[in-house]
Amino acid sequence: MDWTAIALSVRLAALVAAILLVLALPIAYWLTFSRWRGKFAVEAVVALPLVLPPTVLGFYVLLAIGSRSPIGRLWTAWTGHGLAFTFEALVLASMLYSLPFAVQPMSAAFAQLDHSLLDASATLGAGTWRTFARVVLPLSAEGVIAGLVLSFAHTLGEFGVVLMVGGNLPGVTRTVSIAIYDQVQSLQYDAANRTAFALLAFSFLVLALVYALLRKPWAVAPLR
Amino acid sequence: MFTLDVTMTAPSGITILFGPSGSGKSTLLRSVAGLVRPDAGSIAIGNRILFDASSGRDLPVRQRRVGYVFQQLALFPHLSVGDNLTYGLRDRPVGVRREQACAIAESFRIQHVLARRPDAISGGERQRTALARSLVTNPDVLLLDEPLSALDHATQSRIIDDLRAWNTSHVIPILYVTHAHREVFALGDRVVVLDRGRIVANGIPHEVLDLPEHEGLARIAGFENVFDGVVTERRPDVGTMHCTLGGSATELEVPLARGELGAPVRVAVRAGDILLANEAPRGLSARNIIHGRVVSLLREGPTVVARVDTGVSFVVHVTPAAVEALGLVPGRQVWLIIKTYSCRIVLA
Repeated sequence: MDWTAIALSVRLAALVAAILLVLALPIAYWLTFSRWRGKFAVEAVVALPLVLPPTVLGFYVLLAIGSRSPIGRLWTAWTGHGLAFTFEALVLASMLYSLPFAVQPMSAAFAQLDHSLLDASATLGAGTWRTFARVVLPLSAEGVIAGLVLSFAHTLGEFGVVLMVGGNLPGVTRTVSIAIYDQVQSLQYDAANRTAFALLAFSFLVLALVYALLRKPWAVAPLR
Repeated sequence: MFTLDVTMTAPSGITILFGPSGSGKSTLLRSVAGLVRPDAGSIAIGNRILFDASSGRDLPVRQRRVGYVFQQLALFPHLSVGDNLTYGLRDRPVGVRREQACAIAESFRIQHVLARRPDAISGGERQRTALARSLVTNPDVLLLDEPLSALDHATQSRIIDDLRAWNTSHVIPILYVTHAHREVFALGDRVVVLDRGRIVANGIPHEVLDLPEHEGLARIAGFENVFDGVVTERRPDVGTMHCTLGGSATELEVPLARGELGAPVRVAVRAGDILLANEAPRGLSARNIIHGRVVSLLREGPTVVARVDTGVSFVVHVTPAAVEALGLVPGRQVWLIIKTYSCRIVLA
């Protein structure tokens, strides 16, 4: 049982989900409420990871952060070593890869809101921020939480991007999905079985807990 | 699609914006609130300019100090009635907020539901909550978009009374949008009639709706019968004239109006102003007793819409009880009884 790999995966997924919570909210809000004619292009970019093979995304991320790229060189100047094949590189790649899983449920929840509630909030003197905090967010809580959970779960299960960008370094970038792959390749089926089952059980518990919590009374449907 | 082109002033008190659906009433309201930006013109409350196209001034909604009651009420479903009321009072200390919310709740008789959510109170209580919420911030103008349409008459009346009472102590203009005649007469100090984006009449309810000048207004004001006619006789000494309708032999005595002998006129009669008799009546004051035949009877809610052919087709409203008592069926001979002053001459 590869506890190191499991812990690594959970840390990665939790960190990425937390970051995406902050990042995806404004993106989802803009996508729902903006009337800009070029919006479709932004939507396509956000949705790309849904259709791209993980290796394609992984390849481009590697190019973007490699030792000869601007980002890679900046990182080396800061920290003294490269960005590629580090935990931080995994966080970056996972953020891009799980972005649509965070944005889309949030955007769908915002779109379901009764627009007259937003108008009413404005006539009662509330600006955009207050309306967002007091009306939009509470009434889209389910969508926001769904985005959080889905990005966590999706990151937990990544394989292709992580392998390309992380390089499978034990304790650093060897996530549990890669660990299982390694164990199968080296015919350690028992170990693979135990690790895989642990991941399955953990994922199920997390999801079940969240869906159970979503039954709470404060998650009220926004439509009259 | 049409252009909304309106110039009007509303004094303190209730001004009704009346007109058919899609005539621009709600758009006008939303423009005052700032939810819609006009292409040209200006909007001001007293000395405060809310919008002025020429100077580029466009005050954001939240700074306009308008109270708005939306057609669907737009109560915040996740907040209690009390929290809905205090939502707009954010820049006051908590104690003051609660006090003001309680005070207005009492004025509108919802103090007993302050802790409940909107989905746990009655329709009338929801309406009163929406009203109270818009007024607790002491706005400079109140905008109401068909606020009472879903309620029964008794509840409507009580809410209207509450609103009037509030208006006597808070003297602001109130713009009340409706397409229901009843509400115009029950409420209005003044009524402005809109049709396809333009004001077609402006005055007190009786003048505007009972004495419509234009045919468009007549239709909006509920005159179901509008006929082409020809003047056949003028009696200036008694203030009436006679017209034949629709090229038929049907003749009506109507109030004297412009139109020489032989000139075309348009005559409008409300379906609710026509009486039916199942035998030729005698001894009545009405000057128009017309023989005809029932063509169809259609029940619409509390009214039966009867079509009667007298040479021209009349629409008559009667009660279901009357239909039964008179034994009205399609094909039956009937007599229409129409007072002279129920007929209006309208300009085409």
